[in-house]
Amino acid sequence: MYRYDQYDHQMLSDRVAQFRGQTRRYLEGRLSDAEFLPLRLQNGLYIQRLAPMMRIAVPYGLLSSRQLRKLAFIADHFDKGYGHLTTRQNIQFNWPALEEVPDILEHLAEVEMHAIQTSGNCIRNTTTDQFAGCAVDEIEDSRPYCEIIRQWSTFHPEFAYLPRKFKIAVCGTREDQAATQVHDIGIYIVRNEQGETGFRILAGGGLGRTPIVGHEMAGFVEKKHLLTFLEAILRVYNREGRRDNKYKARIKILVKETGPEAFRDKVHAEWEKIKDGAMTLTDAEIERCRSFFTAPPYRELPETSPELEQALASDLLFASWYQQNVRPHQRSGYAIATLSLKETGIAPGDISAEQMNFVADLADLYSFGEMRISHQQNLVFTDVEKGQLYALWKQLSTQSLGTPNLGLLTDLICCPGGDFCALANAKSIPIAESIQRQFSDQALLQDIGELAINISGCMNACGHHHVGNIGILGVDKKGEEFYQVSLGGSAGNRTSLGAIMGPAFAQEEIPAVIEKIVAVYREHRDPGEAFIETYDRIGMTPFKERVYAKAD
Amino acid sequence: MQKLIKNGSLVDDQWVLIKQASDAGILQALPGRDLIVPHRFWKFFQDDIANYWGQVTIWLDSDERVTDIREPLESFPLIGLNFPVFSDGRSYTNARELRENLGYQGEIRALGDVLRDQLYYMHRCGFDAYSLRHDQDPDECLQAFDDFATGYQASIDQPQPLFRRR
Repeated sequence: MYRYDQYDHQMLSDRVAQFRGQTRRYLEGRLSDAEFLPLRLQNGLYIQRLAPMMRIAVPYGLLSSRQLRKLAFIADHFDKGYGHLTTRQNIQFNWPALEEVPDILEHLAEVEMHAIQTSGNCIRNTTTDQFAGCAVDEIEDSRPYCEIIRQWSTFHPEFAYLPRKFKIAVCGTREDQAATQVHDIGIYIVRNEQGETGFRILAGGGLGRTPIVGHEMAGFVEKKHLLTFLEAILRVYNREGRRDNKYKARIKILVKETGPEAFRDKVHAEWEKIKDGAMTLTDAEIERCRSFFTAPPYRELPETSPELEQALASDLLFASWYQQNVRPHQRSGYAIATLSLKETGIAPGDISAEQMNFVADLADLYSFGEMRISHQQNLVFTDVEKGQLYALWKQLSTQSLGTPNLGLLTDLICCPGGDFCALANAKSIPIAESIQRQFSDQALLQDIGELAINISGCMNACGHHHVGNIGILGVDKKGEEFYQVSLGGSAGNRTSLGAIMGPAFAQEEIPAVIEKIVAVYREHRDPGEAFIETYDRIGMTPFKERVYAKAD
Repeated sequence: MQKLIKNGSLVDDQWVLIKQASDAGILQALPGRDLIVPHRFWKFFQDDIANYWGQVTIWLDSDERVTDIREPLESFPLIGLNFPVFSDGRSYTNARELRENLGYQGEIRALGDVLRDQLYYMHRCGFDAYSLRHDQDPDECLQAFDDFATGYQASIDQPQPLFRRR
């Protein structure tokens, strides 16, 4: 993974000192709430319902065991002993004290971590495929480019006060795992006819109140032009994005109101002015960044492992975990294992300090000391020897980390919701739990197969409900919490936004509603057809008729 | 009196800022003083300005664009860029365009809601004079330019990005 040099370290310690000064001036009453607000947000600090919430950046979701141990230490000493993995591959703490935040930042800096630009109207943490560097369908490892974008976007002097937040995703695989099309900027690594890799760049996608799929700004941008092209998009947005209405300030609204074609022309006109300028990437810089993401010291292993085959034959529980949570690897004899943080009864994405330390030890033992956070709020060991999967799984099972539900209905994506968040209209964690309880039978879950349920507690859509096969959105109806259900969303290559079924439901109705939706799918599916495929074929009507049928 | 930081130190200001003016009478009211007037005013009262015997230059609000200035930029010894509120980031882009794309060499002065914690970014985007909001502590503001030893990007104060220097 990327390692800091003296410049990176210097910038981080400068940042800690700067924020310490800002916090002191705020506490002394010399900075107003309004003036402190963007400063604290750009250090990941929200004031929430119960306490401040602090979001720590995990650049493109990549984390070392040393860093995870530090996060465990912070959870224990500055929080209530747990953290929460987010859909932007970050981690957040719900209970730090404001005056201790500079100390937390100092601890983080020791392990090359920070909370820079994890919130606020600036460029946020760049996300990517959690299997980058190991996925079998990879065109090129996206992480070096994510790191290049991280450095470019960090403290960018021109873009610190954008009209609204700005999110970038990079996808280096054929099968998009990064929800790339619903980002302010989505970047696909592509290969041209000459066999060179470059970038296809989209802009103006997003979720929130107005979900929109991004528009193509360029079909192929040479690698060296990556940053100048991004800078051109940002410059048009910073200048022209709406600042009169917070809900119309995202780039997607600007692209829509300008028209995708006209917006594209403006970007290209801007790009012409700065293309080939100082921000043009050098081969040396690309190589430098690539050098941090080389393969770990893999062993030469055969594709199959007798230990694995034997365990699969003798332990059915392990076999079902293997089937659900393990993915193929580029390298012979290795596999990618996902540690589910979706055990029933635990808020999706929550992880205790004890689990963090435990996972860090396992990462050292089984996966070269590194792991990823996925945007589905799970942890991933990308480089496990097949012959060690069984031993790993046995360990995971002792700490509620071996749930075999990756990609299944109970692997819900869920925001913190009304239990923690000041913006939420409704709770989301209890909804997730009630659904998980309803579907506790593993055989049934596996029979249902791949089905993404996404839950957001308000229309800001942190749970990405628009792109859930089943999306659940908390709404406020005269002070009461209700839930609107949508069907047909998808975040992959064929990104689509879900359609709302009809009137919203009360909290207690939701498990039965999901059960009816699933029943319609199972009755109508063709052999081997996933939920989303059946939905695409038969449409909303059969689901709607069943769910809203009057009792006889 | 308004506190002005210019080229890294606190200086006396020779210029009078005209925030709003709808007729040329303002020129008679301040005979001989050096004035910063709204760009719209400058365009509208060109003849009156030509007959005025002090210096006159312009400022732009954040919703105006420096690329819309039709006059030769050398006519302006300074160009003011306004921050109606510190969280409005458009003047950063205007400053950068002035320096980088239009090659403007004169003074670029930050006006309006100019606060300590934004000075470093302003400096990197090409501002070299800062008319501080009245409640700002000038000594504290002078320290803001040292908040960071270096930055990753190419900027006006450092035309080479870090990746070309490290």
